[in-house]
Amino acid sequence: MAFTINVNGKTHTVDVPGDMPLLWVLRDKIDLKGTKFGCGVASCGACTVHIDGKVARSCVTPISSVGGGQVVTIEGIGTTPIGQAVQKAWLDVDVLQCGYCQAGQIMAASALIASAPKPTDQQIDEAMSGNACRCATYVRIREAIKTAAGVAVADTREA
Amino acid sequence: MSTRTFDKPEQNFEASRRFFLMASAAAGGGLLLSACATPDPTDGASTVAAAPAKPAAPPVDINAYIAISPDGAIRIMAKNPEIGQGIKTMLPMLIAEELDADWSKVQIEQGIADQARYGNQIAGGSFATPMHWTPHRQVGAAARLMLMQAAAAKWSVPVSELSTGPSVVRHAASKREISYGDLATEASAMPAPEKAVIDGLKLKDAKDYRIIGKSVKNWDSPRIVRGEPIFGIDVTVPGMKYASFEKCPVFGGKVVSADLEAAKAVPGVVDAFIVRQVGSDLMGLLDGVAVVADDWWTAKEARKKLNVVWDEGPTSTQSTTDYDRQAADFAKGAPKVANLRNDGDAANALKASAKTLEASYSYPFLVHAPLEPQNCTAHVKADGTCEIWAPTQNPGPGRAMVAAATGVPADKITIKLIRCGGGFGRRLANDYMVEAAAISKQAGNIPVKLVWTREDDMQHNPYRPAGYHNFKAGLDKDNKLVALTNHFVTFGAGEKPGNSAGLPPGEFPAGYIPNTNYGFSVIPFGVPTGPLRAPTSNAVCFAYQSFLDEVAHAAGKDPLDFRLELLASPTAPAPTPGRASFSPKRMSDALRIVAERSGWSRRASLPKGVGMGIAFYYSHQGHFAQVAKVKVQPTGQWRVLKVWVVGDIGSQIINPTNAINQVEGSIIDGIGEMSQKITIDRGRTVQANFYDMPLIRMPDAPQIDVHFNVTDNSPSGLGEPALPPVLPAVANAIFAATGKRIRSLPVIPADLRWA
Repeated sequence: MAFTINVNGKTHTVDVPGDMPLLWVLRDKIDLKGTKFGCGVASCGACTVHIDGKVARSCVTPISSVGGGQVVTIEGIGTTPIGQAVQKAWLDVDVLQCGYCQAGQIMAASALIASAPKPTDQQIDEAMSGNACRCATYVRIREAIKTAAGVAVADTREA
Repeated sequence: MSTRTFDKPEQNFEASRRFFLMASAAAGGGLLLSACATPDPTDGASTVAAAPAKPAAPPVDINAYIAISPDGAIRIMAKNPEIGQGIKTMLPMLIAEELDADWSKVQIEQGIADQARYGNQIAGGSFATPMHWTPHRQVGAAARLMLMQAAAAKWSVPVSELSTGPSVVRHAASKREISYGDLATEASAMPAPEKAVIDGLKLKDAKDYRIIGKSVKNWDSPRIVRGEPIFGIDVTVPGMKYASFEKCPVFGGKVVSADLEAAKAVPGVVDAFIVRQVGSDLMGLLDGVAVVADDWWTAKEARKKLNVVWDEGPTSTQSTTDYDRQAADFAKGAPKVANLRNDGDAANALKASAKTLEASYSYPFLVHAPLEPQNCTAHVKADGTCEIWAPTQNPGPGRAMVAAATGVPADKITIKLIRCGGGFGRRLANDYMVEAAAISKQAGNIPVKLVWTREDDMQHNPYRPAGYHNFKAGLDKDNKLVALTNHFVTFGAGEKPGNSAGLPPGEFPAGYIPNTNYGFSVIPFGVPTGPLRAPTSNAVCFAYQSFLDEVAHAAGKDPLDFRLELLASPTAPAPTPGRASFSPKRMSDALRIVAERSGWSRRASLPKGVGMGIAFYYSHQGHFAQVAKVKVQPTGQWRVLKVWVVGDIGSQIINPTNAINQVEGSIIDGIGEMSQKITIDRGRTVQANFYDMPLIRMPDAPQIDVHFNVTDNSPSGLGEPALPPVLPAVANAIFAATGKRIRSLPVIPADLRWA
């Protein structure tokens, strides 16, 4: 069945089963491969996108539920000032190792900063704990989020 | 302490011999000069995506690794697979330094799998640095010489009067200067230097480095943060279909029947068929049912219609409960394989000891679980050739496997190395590669992208072997460790431990104390095992460094002093000349520095529930000492607050930003392993996904202090050696915090309750 969705400001019409997850529509139907498949059950966060500015795990989001929601993916996040700042911080801090989770991390971080412009370590822990980094670049993800938000990078947690 | 093996270089380049000069047979695969490199113009995952910007005029090959454009752009090939260890950035730094290149003009491209050109191409064993440190610098130095020879010919001056600066050759006497770009064509026509010449080239003094030792950011980062297709799973080939492959949950099980027609009836499904096992390698092509469709989700969903009936085979009777029982039975008797190591007379020394200690340590199977599920794109073509786009750590054995399964000769198989979304040892196996090729062929010679589900990956993995160590230690009247025995129970076949399941005979403190006896027994195992990041070390270190901590406490000694005392033993084995080996001095220095940095001597002031633990380990040529500080709540919930790391990986930290990143990742990865396990029931893996095999998350990542103790030793790698000591350092800290000794992993918080 046909669905019309808005991704990164562009309209796409796809003819797919209604239960096909948004992830696979993005990857295999409209060739936006930046959003990643990691687990298929919303356990790792690799597939994180924004729908109407809120974090969504696209691997468990049926295309039929997207409706007129504004979908933003890693390919589009750089057009927002926050997304751009986050991407730049990721480069400046040299965050990534394998890099596979980082699209999802950047999407989660962008949503965090949009809702908490000066995030604390506790807010970072809460907002980012749904996004696994198998290479465990968490020290630098934390630092990059703070860099993007313009707050002091020192880790304030008990040590 | 790796058990990895390497395949021999192919001997099939007779025809090209006159173009090639194998200038060095060094372990990195040699130094090939004056070959014409043919880079993959896509250098990445998508053959339809735009190629990287090309310089206006085509680059001219100087040798197999270096091409220079008239406009000065320098293309350097990165030969090894990139799995996240930063090798694609680091290896070209070595070449560029001795080329004396202007780094801002360098473009890095990923080389294809080509053993004749690049030698072994493997991401494993933390070998990239030690194997390429000299050969890759020689690659750059040889090209620099050719550029200088070209300038010398142009100016009719001797080479000895020339010098280089960033991407220019200079003649000081006549104040002339010419750019590498302007010399590229002439330099490429120069004969490649002979091996004797290359070996005689003076490499730079470290003080003159402009690139090595400076932080160079991950080359692929800009593309990744923009979400460009760069990983194996992103590969797109014209006409490609998507495949999902159902295998027996019990390793080696055979397909009896499957409802292929039901799967084929699903809209979007192109084909469904049974694939048969080839050979006997459990990490090779196994029986299964393939579904091929227009998109991957449709292929995966259609598997639900298959109703496959399996002949599960003999492994279906195996379970972790039964392994534990067998291990306990073995522990009651003598090792089946005695005297793996035997120094002195441990049995009598134990009897004569003033104090003895016994303890059994165990750890579970672990899964690699790189975040990018296994995948591969393959096209076995009707013309008898095959093209493969593989996120693999180890293409060589994959090529042989594909040849055997498809009948395509090895030299007709092209393998493009695509960035891997993590490896950790998982992608040293090539099961996904041979599956993709077999499915492409059987589907009618169409290009196919095979992608596994997370559940497929959890279920079909060469697991880090579980193990059981049964220790006895004896202290003399002065509380010196004089005897240590270990009956190690492991997994394998007959009397042979499986892949990565052995105990190194020289495991410390063997040789440092007068009486040592190690032996082992083998539980028959139908599940494949394999190397997980810091293989063997990641397990054995936990057991040994934890038990040594127990012994230190029994001896009434500071765990740091006890270790230093052992390392100062007059019987310490002499290092093997010319070979990297464990140095008690380097380790003692690392221990002293980490104690200083962590405030080890002041730990008595920590409140109840907070403790510090210390451990060290030598693996992959790296000497690492660590202190962990852990907080345990009265409920037993625990968190690592901070880890101090001192690493000695030799004289040069090649790329500091990445080096620190690798260490931090290793530390957090190791802490994560302390809460993970894989259990087997009825021959199948119980865990299915990240909800029951948890990955460590942001809140549990501690603060980390990383310090490199730079010593006058050849540089070594960092993908692995920082990991092993963190497990016992944390376990020993938990003991310090609670008085509860962690003798079995994973850590069970309920067992740590106090107050």
